[in-house]
Amino acid sequence: MKIGVVTFPGSLDDVDAQRAVRLAGAEPVAVWHRDHDLKGIDAVVLPGGFSYGDYLRCGAIARFAPVMTELTDAAKGGMPVLGICNGFQILCESHLLPGALIRNDHRRFGCLDQALRIENVSTVWTSAYDEGQEITIVLKNGEGSYVADQHTLDLLEGEGRVVARYVGNPNGSQRAIAGVTNEAGNVVGLMPHPEHAVEDLTGPGTDGLGFFTSAITALQNA
Amino acid sequence: MARVVVDVMPKPEILDPQGKAVQGALPRLGFEGVTEVRQGKRFELELEGEATQERLAQVHEMAATLLSNPVIEDYDVRVLSSEIGSPAS
Repeated sequence: MKIGVVTFPGSLDDVDAQRAVRLAGAEPVAVWHRDHDLKGIDAVVLPGGFSYGDYLRCGAIARFAPVMTELTDAAKGGMPVLGICNGFQILCESHLLPGALIRNDHRRFGCLDQALRIENVSTVWTSAYDEGQEITIVLKNGEGSYVADQHTLDLLEGEGRVVARYVGNPNGSQRAIAGVTNEAGNVVGLMPHPEHAVEDLTGPGTDGLGFFTSAITALQNA
Repeated sequence: MARVVVDVMPKPEILDPQGKAVQGALPRLGFEGVTEVRQGKRFELELEGEATQERLAQVHEMAATLLSNPVIEDYDVRVLSSEIGSPAS
Protein backbone atom coordinates (compact mmCIF):
# COMPACT_ATOMS: atom_id res chain seq x y z
CA MET A 1 0.00 0.00 0.00
CA LYS A 2 1.64 3.22 -1.18
CA ILE A 3 0.45 6.63 -0.07
CA GLY A 4 2.14 9.57 -1.77
CA VAL A 5 2.90 12.86 -0.07
CA VAL A 6 3.43 15.81 -2.41
CA THR A 7 6.18 18.29 -1.58
CA PHE A 8 5.80 21.77 -3.05
CA PRO A 9 8.38 24.50 -2.52
CA GLY A 10 7.32 25.78 0.89
CA SER A 11 5.60 22.63 2.12
CA LEU A 12 6.34 22.14 5.82
CA ASP A 13 4.43 19.12 7.02
CA ASP A 14 5.32 16.67 4.29
CA VAL A 15 7.71 14.69 6.47
CA ASP A 16 5.21 14.52 9.33
CA ALA A 17 2.59 13.31 6.84
CA GLN A 18 4.99 10.63 5.61
CA ARG A 19 5.60 9.56 9.19
CA ALA A 20 1.86 9.37 9.87
CA VAL A 21 1.42 7.20 6.78
CA ARG A 22 4.18 4.88 8.03
CA LEU A 23 2.76 4.67 11.56
CA ALA A 24 -0.65 3.85 10.09
CA GLY A 25 0.86 0.92 8.24
CA ALA A 26 1.39 2.05 4.66
CA GLU A 27 4.47 2.92 2.65
CA PRO A 28 4.94 6.69 2.22
CA VAL A 29 6.15 7.81 -1.21
CA ALA A 30 7.64 11.27 -1.70
CA VAL A 31 6.17 13.01 -4.74
CA TRP A 32 7.83 16.19 -6.02
CA HIS A 33 5.72 19.09 -7.32
CA ARG A 34 7.46 18.90 -10.70
CA ASP A 35 6.72 15.20 -11.17
CA HIS A 36 4.41 14.23 -13.96
CA ASP A 37 4.27 10.72 -12.60
CA LEU A 38 2.38 9.55 -9.54
CA LYS A 39 4.82 6.64 -9.04
CA GLY A 40 2.19 3.95 -8.65
CA ILE A 41 0.71 5.40 -5.47
CA ASP A 42 -2.71 4.26 -4.26
CA ALA A 43 -3.62 7.46 -2.44
CA VAL A 44 -2.10 10.90 -1.91
CA VAL A 45 -1.77 13.52 0.80
CA LEU A 46 -1.30 17.24 0.08
CA PRO A 47 0.44 18.45 3.22
CA GLY A 48 0.41 21.70 5.14
CA GLY A 49 2.80 24.59 4.74
CA PHE A 50 3.10 27.67 2.57
CA SER A 51 3.41 26.36 -0.98
CA TYR A 52 5.12 28.87 -3.27
CA GLY A 53 5.20 31.26 -0.32
CA ASP A 54 1.41 31.51 -0.40
CA TYR A 55 1.94 34.27 -2.96
CA LEU A 56 -1.21 35.61 -4.59
CA ARG A 57 -3.52 33.42 -2.48
CA CYS A 58 -2.89 30.29 -0.43
CA GLY A 59 -2.74 27.37 -2.87
CA ALA A 60 -3.27 29.55 -5.96
CA ILE A 61 0.12 28.84 -7.52
CA ALA A 62 0.39 25.24 -6.28
CA ARG A 63 -2.82 24.48 -8.10
CA PHE A 64 -0.94 24.87 -11.39
CA ALA A 65 2.10 22.78 -10.36
CA PRO A 66 2.97 20.07 -12.90
CA VAL A 67 1.99 17.26 -10.49
CA MET A 68 -1.51 18.68 -10.12
CA THR A 69 -2.44 17.72 -13.69
CA GLU A 70 -2.06 14.01 -12.99
CA LEU A 71 -3.34 14.37 -9.46
CA THR A 72 -6.53 16.11 -10.54
CA ASP A 73 -7.25 13.39 -13.09
CA ALA A 74 -6.53 10.70 -10.49
CA ALA A 75 -8.80 12.41 -7.95
CA LYS A 76 -11.62 12.58 -10.46
CA GLY A 77 -11.00 8.91 -11.18
CA GLY A 78 -11.51 8.02 -7.53
CA MET A 79 -8.03 8.06 -6.00
CA PRO A 80 -8.20 8.96 -2.30
CA VAL A 81 -6.84 12.48 -1.78
CA LEU A 82 -6.45 14.16 1.60
CA GLY A 83 -5.56 17.86 1.69
CA ILE A 84 -4.45 19.14 5.06
CA CYS A 85 -4.33 22.88 5.80
CA ASN A 86 -2.43 24.29 2.80
CA GLY A 87 -3.42 21.06 1.02
CA PHE A 88 -7.09 21.90 1.70
CA GLN A 89 -6.49 25.38 0.28
CA ILE A 90 -4.92 23.84 -2.84
CA LEU A 91 -7.91 21.50 -3.31
CA CYS A 92 -10.30 24.45 -3.07
CA GLU A 93 -8.26 26.50 -5.53
CA SER A 94 -8.24 23.45 -7.84
CA HIS A 95 -12.04 23.28 -7.60
CA LEU A 96 -11.78 19.68 -6.44
CA LEU A 97 -13.58 20.91 -3.33
CA PRO A 98 -16.08 23.76 -3.02
CA GLY A 99 -15.52 26.96 -1.08
CA ALA A 100 -12.36 28.80 -0.08
CA LEU A 101 -10.26 29.56 2.98
CA ILE A 102 -9.68 33.15 4.00
CA ARG A 103 -7.86 34.89 6.82
CA ASN A 104 -9.00 34.01 10.34
CA ASP A 105 -11.65 36.43 11.60
CA HIS A 106 -9.50 37.28 14.63
CA ARG A 107 -6.60 38.09 12.24
CA ARG A 108 -4.04 36.11 14.22
CA PHE A 109 -2.20 32.92 13.43
CA GLY A 110 -3.70 30.25 15.66
CA CYS A 111 -1.78 27.25 17.00
CA LEU A 112 -3.67 25.04 19.42
CA ASP A 113 -5.02 21.62 20.23
CA GLN A 114 -8.50 21.74 18.73
CA ALA A 115 -11.54 19.54 19.36
CA LEU A 116 -13.49 18.46 16.27
CA ARG A 117 -16.63 16.46 15.75
CA ILE A 118 -16.45 13.92 12.94
CA GLU A 119 -19.77 14.16 11.10
CA ASN A 120 -19.28 12.02 8.02
CA VAL A 121 -17.72 8.59 8.52
CA SER A 122 -18.48 7.32 5.03
CA THR A 123 -15.54 9.04 3.32
CA VAL A 124 -12.40 7.13 2.41
CA TRP A 125 -10.49 9.10 5.06
CA THR A 126 -12.89 8.93 8.03
CA SER A 127 -14.30 5.39 8.20
CA ALA A 128 -12.21 4.56 11.28
CA TYR A 129 -14.20 7.06 13.36
CA ASP A 130 -17.68 6.88 14.82
CA GLU A 131 -20.27 9.40 13.70
CA GLY A 132 -20.31 12.29 16.13
CA GLN A 133 -17.02 11.24 17.67
CA GLU A 134 -15.02 14.10 19.15
CA ILE A 135 -11.31 14.08 18.50
CA THR A 136 -8.53 16.49 19.37
CA ILE A 137 -5.85 17.31 16.83
CA VAL A 138 -3.64 20.29 16.09
CA LEU A 139 -4.94 23.43 14.37
CA LYS A 140 -2.32 25.88 13.11
CA ASN A 141 -3.01 28.45 10.43
CA GLY A 142 -3.50 32.11 9.64
CA GLU A 143 -5.98 31.57 6.82
CA GLY A 144 -8.27 28.81 7.95
CA SER A 145 -11.66 30.44 7.86
CA TYR A 146 -13.87 28.36 5.58
CA VAL A 147 -16.25 30.31 3.36
CA ALA A 148 -18.71 29.42 0.62
CA ASP A 149 -21.97 30.93 -0.57
CA GLN A 150 -25.14 30.01 1.30
CA HIS A 151 -26.37 27.75 -1.50
CA THR A 152 -23.12 25.75 -1.44
CA LEU A 153 -23.19 25.52 2.35
CA ASP A 154 -26.78 24.25 2.27
CA LEU A 155 -25.83 21.75 -0.41
CA LEU A 156 -22.87 20.48 1.62
CA GLU A 157 -25.01 20.13 4.73
CA GLY A 158 -27.83 18.47 2.80
CA GLU A 159 -25.53 15.92 1.22
CA GLY A 160 -23.66 15.22 4.43
CA ARG A 161 -20.43 16.52 2.96
CA VAL A 162 -19.30 18.36 6.07
CA VAL A 163 -16.69 15.87 7.24
CA ALA A 164 -15.69 17.57 10.47
CA ARG A 165 -16.88 20.57 12.44
CA TYR A 166 -15.03 22.54 15.08
CA VAL A 167 -16.25 22.27 18.65
CA GLY A 168 -16.44 26.02 19.17
CA ASN A 169 -15.27 28.11 16.24
CA PRO A 170 -11.60 29.06 16.38
CA ASN A 171 -11.32 31.05 13.15
CA GLY A 172 -14.72 32.29 11.99
CA SER A 173 -15.36 29.41 9.60
CA GLN A 174 -18.90 29.43 8.26
CA ARG A 175 -21.01 26.92 10.16
CA ALA A 176 -17.83 25.96 12.04
CA ILE A 177 -16.74 23.78 9.13
CA ALA A 178 -13.31 22.21 9.59
CA GLY A 179 -13.38 19.80 6.67
CA VAL A 180 -15.45 18.88 3.61
CA THR A 181 -15.53 16.14 1.01
CA ASN A 182 -16.41 15.87 -2.67
CA GLU A 183 -19.50 14.08 -3.91
CA ALA A 184 -17.71 10.75 -4.26
CA GLY A 185 -16.15 10.92 -0.79
CA ASN A 186 -12.61 10.19 -2.02
CA VAL A 187 -11.34 13.78 -1.78
CA VAL A 188 -11.28 15.28 1.70
CA GLY A 189 -9.95 18.69 2.78
CA LEU A 190 -9.27 19.35 6.43
CA MET A 191 -7.91 22.50 8.02
CA PRO A 192 -6.55 20.92 11.23
CA HIS A 193 -3.61 18.53 11.15
CA PRO A 194 -4.23 14.84 11.85
CA GLU A 195 -0.60 14.07 10.97
CA HIS A 196 0.51 15.98 14.07
CA ALA A 197 -1.62 13.77 16.32
CA VAL A 198 -0.33 10.27 15.67
CA GLU A 199 2.02 9.75 18.62
CA ASP A 200 1.60 10.50 22.31
CA LEU A 201 5.14 11.83 22.56
CA THR A 202 4.82 14.65 20.06
CA GLY A 203 1.17 15.68 19.89
CA PRO A 204 -2.10 15.94 21.75
CA GLY A 205 -2.63 12.18 21.38
CA THR A 206 -3.22 9.76 18.54
CA ASP A 207 -6.67 10.90 17.40
CA GLY A 208 -5.34 11.82 13.97
CA LEU A 209 -4.17 8.35 13.03
CA GLY A 210 -7.68 7.31 12.01
CA PHE A 211 -7.57 9.42 8.84
CA PHE A 212 -4.65 7.39 7.56
CA THR A 213 -5.86 3.97 8.73
CA SER A 214 -9.25 4.73 7.14
CA ALA A 215 -7.63 5.18 3.74
CA ILE A 216 -5.60 1.99 4.14
CA THR A 217 -8.75 0.05 5.05
CA ALA A 218 -10.59 1.51 2.06
CA LEU A 219 -7.75 0.59 -0.29
CA GLN A 220 -7.54 -2.95 1.10
CA ASN A 221 -11.26 -3.43 0.53
CA ALA A 222 -11.17 -1.89 -2.94
CA MET B 1 2.55 48.23 -25.81
CA ALA B 2 -0.54 48.46 -23.65
CA ARG B 3 -0.85 48.55 -19.92
CA VAL B 4 -3.88 46.79 -18.53
CA VAL B 5 -4.99 46.92 -14.92
CA VAL B 6 -6.83 44.12 -13.16
CA ASP B 7 -8.37 45.11 -9.84
CA VAL B 8 -9.31 42.25 -7.56
CA MET B 9 -11.55 42.84 -4.55
CA PRO B 10 -13.06 40.52 -1.96
CA LYS B 11 -16.75 40.02 -2.67
CA PRO B 12 -18.98 42.33 -0.59
CA GLU B 13 -20.38 39.44 1.46
CA ILE B 14 -16.93 38.04 2.28
CA LEU B 15 -15.37 39.18 5.55
CA ASP B 16 -12.19 41.17 4.93
CA PRO B 17 -10.05 40.93 8.07
CA GLN B 18 -7.18 42.86 6.47
CA GLY B 19 -9.45 45.77 5.64
CA LYS B 20 -10.83 45.66 9.18
CA ALA B 21 -7.30 45.80 10.59
CA VAL B 22 -6.51 48.85 8.47
CA GLN B 23 -9.77 50.51 9.48
CA GLY B 24 -8.97 49.81 13.13
CA ALA B 25 -5.59 51.50 12.76
CA LEU B 26 -6.91 54.73 11.25
CA PRO B 27 -8.50 56.24 14.40
CA ARG B 28 -5.35 55.45 16.34
CA LEU B 29 -3.51 57.72 13.90
CA GLY B 30 -6.10 60.44 14.28
CA PHE B 31 -8.03 59.76 11.06
CA GLU B 32 -11.71 59.78 11.92
CA GLY B 33 -14.87 59.10 9.97
CA VAL B 34 -13.87 56.07 7.90
CA THR B 35 -16.72 53.61 8.26
CA GLU B 36 -15.29 50.78 6.19
CA VAL B 37 -12.05 49.70 4.52
CA ARG B 38 -11.90 46.90 1.97
CA GLN B 39 -8.49 45.75 0.82
CA GLY B 40 -7.90 44.30 -2.62
CA LYS B 41 -5.13 43.75 -5.13
CA ARG B 42 -4.14 45.63 -8.25
CA PHE B 43 -2.28 43.90 -11.07
CA GLU B 44 -0.65 45.88 -13.86
CA LEU B 45 -0.03 43.85 -16.99
CA GLU B 46 2.16 45.07 -19.84
CA LEU B 47 0.96 43.57 -23.10
CA GLU B 48 2.87 43.21 -26.33
CA GLY B 49 1.14 45.17 -29.03
CA GLU B 50 -2.16 46.86 -28.53
CA ALA B 51 -5.00 45.87 -26.27
CA THR B 52 -7.22 44.23 -28.84
CA GLN B 53 -10.51 42.62 -27.91
CA GLU B 54 -8.80 39.25 -28.27
CA ARG B 55 -5.97 40.18 -25.90
CA LEU B 56 -8.44 41.62 -23.41
CA ALA B 57 -10.45 38.42 -23.56
CA GLN B 58 -7.23 36.63 -22.57
CA VAL B 59 -6.71 39.05 -19.69
CA HIS B 60 -10.24 38.28 -18.49
CA GLU B 61 -9.37 34.60 -18.61
CA MET B 62 -6.17 35.21 -16.63
CA ALA B 63 -8.14 37.20 -14.09
CA ALA B 64 -10.75 34.48 -13.69
CA THR B 65 -8.33 31.55 -13.48
CA LEU B 66 -5.29 32.85 -11.62
CA LEU B 67 -5.42 36.49 -10.54
CA SER B 68 -8.70 36.08 -8.66
CA ASN B 69 -10.60 33.28 -6.98
CA PRO B 70 -14.21 33.70 -8.16
CA VAL B 71 -15.46 32.01 -4.97
CA ILE B 72 -14.34 34.93 -2.82
CA GLU B 73 -13.28 37.73 -5.15
CA ASP B 74 -14.56 39.92 -8.00
CA TYR B 75 -12.30 41.41 -10.65
CA ASP B 76 -12.38 44.34 -13.01
CA VAL B 77 -10.25 44.76 -16.16
CA ARG B 78 -9.43 48.15 -17.71
CA VAL B 79 -6.88 49.47 -20.17
CA LEU B 80 -4.64 52.10 -18.56
CA SER B 81 -2.69 53.15 -21.61
CA SER B 82 -2.10 51.98 -25.11
CA GLU B 83 0.63 53.17 -27.50
CA ILE B 84 -1.80 53.86 -30.27
CA GLY B 85 -4.21 55.44 -27.85
CA SER B 86 -7.02 52.96 -28.18
CA PRO B 87 -9.96 53.91 -25.99
CA ALA B 88 -10.12 52.43 -22.51
CA SER B 89 -12.69 49.70 -22.16
